[in-house]
Amino acid sequence: MRIAQRSRHRDESALIASLRAGDERAFRQLVEEYTPGMRRLALTFVRTPALADEVVQEAWLGLLKGLDRFEGRSSLKTWIYTIVANIARTRAVREARSVPLSSLAPQDADDDEPAVDPDRFVGDGHWARPIEPWRQVLDAEARSVIDAAIAKLPPHQAQVIELRDIEGWSSEEVRNVLDLSETNQRVLLHRARSKVRAALEEYLRDDG
Amino acid sequence: MADLTCKELVELVTDYLESALSRRDRKRFEQHIDGCTNCTEYVAQFRETIRLTGTLREQDVPKEAADELVALFATWKRDSL
Repeated sequence: MRIAQRSRHRDESALIASLRAGDERAFRQLVEEYTPGMRRLALTFVRTPALADEVVQEAWLGLLKGLDRFEGRSSLKTWIYTIVANIARTRAVREARSVPLSSLAPQDADDDEPAVDPDRFVGDGHWARPIEPWRQVLDAEARSVIDAAIAKLPPHQAQVIELRDIEGWSSEEVRNVLDLSETNQRVLLHRARSKVRAALEEYLRDDG
Repeated sequence: MADLTCKELVELVTDYLESALSRRDRKRFEQHIDGCTNCTEYVAQFRETIRLTGTLREQDVPKEAADELVALFATWKRDSL
């Protein structure tokens, strides 16, 4: 067992003991650490803020119910996010029954969409025009462009980029929570990043 | 061994960054980048995209939402005793 993992275990066992003992401060800390990301992940499944809030609340309840049985085989983080994903998935299926089939996002991993519009290349595969450098942009400005681009992604791509690039998780953690193969995870991530880059390019060029 | 084209390279950027390319493909990737300013710029933009995406991480939970969850926790604890 690696050192980081061992210390994670020690910290988490202490945290779990506090939670089992009803320590509200420990619980609040956990809520503050994970709720924003849980909510963002929930939104990639259910797509309405109200439903996402319900999913998050239900997930916390699920955590409390399962606390006595939690054995620490996964980290607390991946456990709680797995609960979120499971609840949100069920909700999304229920939600999907009441919306027209045509509005459902395609199963994104199977398609073969290119990272860059093929028109940008000439016949021999070189760039048709030089890539323009981006103008300077404030992080806050870029954030709204990225947020809008992620909201338009097919759900699986949005889920992977949320956890990998926003939450900063490892690919292994993401694969465990979303139940994806290594290749699939990487393909989804690449499609998502490519589209976000394209959205930034569009914005940083047009507005220049 | 055939050189990578720009069109092929843009499909491999995440594999490259994740160290998921074979040694041979990694070499082809790096050789291409060395001689291609456009792809160098593309990869730089890709990295910048990842950095900017990381700034979306939120850390604030509205106080009411946190209070509500803590209240839920208190109820759960009371009921489970």
